Amino acid sequence: MKGYNFAYLDEQTKRMIRRAILKAVAIPGHQIPFGAREMPLPYGWGTGGIQVTAAILGADDVLKVIDQGADDTTNAVSIRRFFAATAGVRTTTRTAEASVIQTRHRIPETPLTEAQILVYQVPQPEPLYRLEPSRSETTQMHALADYGAMHVKLYEDIARWGQVAISYDYPVMVAGRYLTSPSPIPAFDNPKLHRMPALQLFGAGREKRIYAIPPYTDVRSLDFDDHPFAPPHARGACALCGATDAYLDEVVIDDRGRRMFVCSDTDHCATRRDAGHLGAEGVAP
Amino acid sequence: MAYVAVKGGERAIEAAHAWLAECRRGDPAVAELGLPQIAGQLGRAVDRVMAEGSLYDPELAALAIKQAQGDLVEAAFLLRAYRTTLPRFAASLPVRTERMALRRRISAIFKDLPGGQVLGPTTDYTHRLLDFALAAEAPPPPPAARAEAPAPGREPVPSVAQLLRAEGLLQSEPVAAAPDPGDLTRAPLAYPPARDLRLQALARGDEGFLLGLGYSTQRGYGGSHPFVGELRTGAVSVEIVPPELGFAVDIGEITLTECQMVNQFAGSKTQPAQFTSGYGLAFGHADRRAMAMALVDRALRAGELGEETGAPAQDAEFVLSHADNVESTGFVEHLKLPHYVDFQSEIENVRRLRAARADAPAVAAAPAAAAEAAE
Repeated sequence: MKGYNFAYLDEQTKRMIRRAILKAVAIPGHQIPFGAREMPLPYGWGTGGIQVTAAILGADDVLKVIDQGADDTTNAVSIRRFFAATAGVRTTTRTAEASVIQTRHRIPETPLTEAQILVYQVPQPEPLYRLEPSRSETTQMHALADYGAMHVKLYEDIARWGQVAISYDYPVMVAGRYLTSPSPIPAFDNPKLHRMPALQLFGAGREKRIYAIPPYTDVRSLDFDDHPFAPPHARGACALCGATDAYLDEVVIDDRGRRMFVCSDTDHCATRRDAGHLGAEGVAP
Repeated sequence: MAYVAVKGGERAIEAAHAWLAECRRGDPAVAELGLPQIAGQLGRAVDRVMAEGSLYDPELAALAIKQAQGDLVEAAFLLRAYRTTLPRFAASLPVRTERMALRRRISAIFKDLPGGQVLGPTTDYTHRLLDFALAAEAPPPPPAARAEAPAPGREPVPSVAQLLRAEGLLQSEPVAAAPDPGDLTRAPLAYPPARDLRLQALARGDEGFLLGLGYSTQRGYGGSHPFVGELRTGAVSVEIVPPELGFAVDIGEITLTECQMVNQFAGSKTQPAQFTSGYGLAFGHADRRAMAMALVDRALRAGELGEETGAPAQDAEFVLSHADNVESTGFVEHLKLPHYVDFQSEIENVRRLRAARADAPAVAAAPAAAAEAAE
C-alpha cells in the first residue's frame, strides 16, 4: 500500500516486537510486555495478533486468517484484506497451504507442521484475572508459581457441580512452569496445544503482552489425578461432511427450534467434501 | 433443508462502507460541512478530540470529527491511529505556562492576585436557555470588550502555586531525576507508574471517566479537600533544541488549559502541615477536563503522601488501565464480533450441568461460571 511500510508497521516497531517474540519463545508461557502500537483496527479486533503477524510476515509467506474457525467471518475477511493490502502477500483458505495462520477462538482441525506458525488473537492474556484482577498481584503469583487459587477454583467447581465448569479459555500449564491462557479456544481444542510441531505465538494488543508455546512443548490442561481433564466430544456428525471428530457449531434452522450441526472449521469441512465425504445435508462444494 | 453458509462477508463489508459514506453525507440538498466550520464553530469538540487523540492539530481533529459523524470517541481513535504512524524527531522543552498569552485566568482562592482575574470566553455565567436566535443565520456578533492580554514572552504572570510556594505554604513539586519523561505509547505501563506517566495517561484519558472519578473524590471516596488555586487558558510557545543548533527554537504555539488544584494536607511525622497540589493540563479550552484531571492526579498521590488509600480514584492500576477510551471502546464493542464457538461450548456445558442436576436433584443450581462474559 502506498505510503506505508511492508505489513504496515515500521521496521523499528517490528524489531521491538521480534525481540519480545524471541523472549517469549525462550520462556514458554510467560507473558512478555511489549510496546503495542495503536493500530488502525480497534482494540479487541485482534490488534495483538495483527502486530505479531506483521512482525513475522515475509514476502514469500502465505497467510490464512480465521475467526471462529471460519475464513469467511467478517473480521477474518477484514484482517485478511488488511494484510493483502499492506503486505501484498498471498492469502489462502487452505490450512495445509498456509505458512502463517492468524486465528481467533479456534485451532484448525488439520494438524499443523513445523513449517507453520499459528498466531492467536488474545483478549486477556492473564489466566488468573477472574481470581485476582490486579496485574501487580498476578505478576507476583506467576513469579512464585503460586497457582493455588486456580486449583481451588477447579476444586470448588468439582465439589459443587461434579465437574470443572470451564468450557473455553481453559487454563494450561506450559512446559511445567507457567499457568497460561490458551486464548478463548474451546476446551475441545486444548489437546492440540500439546507438543504441536508448529510454533504458537499469542498477541494481546490492548494488554500489551506477547507469549509463546515453542514447537513440541508440553502443554497440560489443569486437572487433578482423580479428575483428569476430559475434553468434550462432538455430539454428532457434521450435516455437511459427516465429520464426527471435529468441533461442531449448532445452527438453528427454523423457528420451531430445529437445529443442525456443522463443522466450525470451514476448510476442514470443504476438504472432506472434496474427498467425497458427505453428511446428511451435504452437497459437494 | 440445505444449510446456506454465510458467504459473502467481503461484499457485505463493502456495502456497509458505502452505506456509511452515504449516511455521513446526509441529505445532499443540505450544504456539506467544511473543516473550517468544524474547527471554527465546534471548538470544544475539536479540543476534546485533540486531547484524547493525543495530537495537537485542529484541522486533522476537525477532519476526524467529520469522518466520525461527530462521534468524538471514534474521532479520537482516528487521530490516534494516524498519530502512531508519525515519526518523532524531538521532545519539546517543558512549556512555560507562566508566559501563556492568557485568554482566561481565574483563581477561586484569592479575591484578586497579581495578573488579575480574567473571565475570558466562558459559559460559566450564561443562563442555559436555548437561544432560538442561533437557529436562524444571523450576522456575526459585535466584538467584545476584553482584558489586555500579555503576549507570549512579555511580562510573565506567576501562577498561584508559585505565590504560595514562595511562602512555603504549598509543597514543592519534586523535579524528575530523568530528563526525558516516559512515554506510555512506546513502552507498556508497569505498576506503580511514576507521576510523569500517570499524568500522560490522564491527559489522554476519557473525559467522562475522569469527571466521574474526580466527582467521586468530592463525594467521599478518597476526599482531598480541593480548591481551584488557578485555572488558566491561552496560547504557549513550544520550543525544541535541535541537536545541530544547541539552542532552543520556537516551533509554534498551542492553546492549553492548566488547572492547579490546592488541597489540604495535615502533615505527617516528617512534614509540617502544608497544602499539596493536583495538576491538570489539557489541549484547547477545557476547564472540565483539566479540573477533573487535577482531582484524579491528587487522588493518585495519596499513597506517596502517606494518606489512607482504598478509594477507586486512588488506585493507580484501576484508574490508569481503564481511563483510555480507545482501549475501552474497543474491548466493550468487540463483543459484537462473532463468539459462537465459545457460546457453543457454553451451551454444551450448561446442558451437561442441567442433565447432571436432573440426575442428582440435591446438587445446587447452575454455576456462575457458565454465565461469565464472553471474550
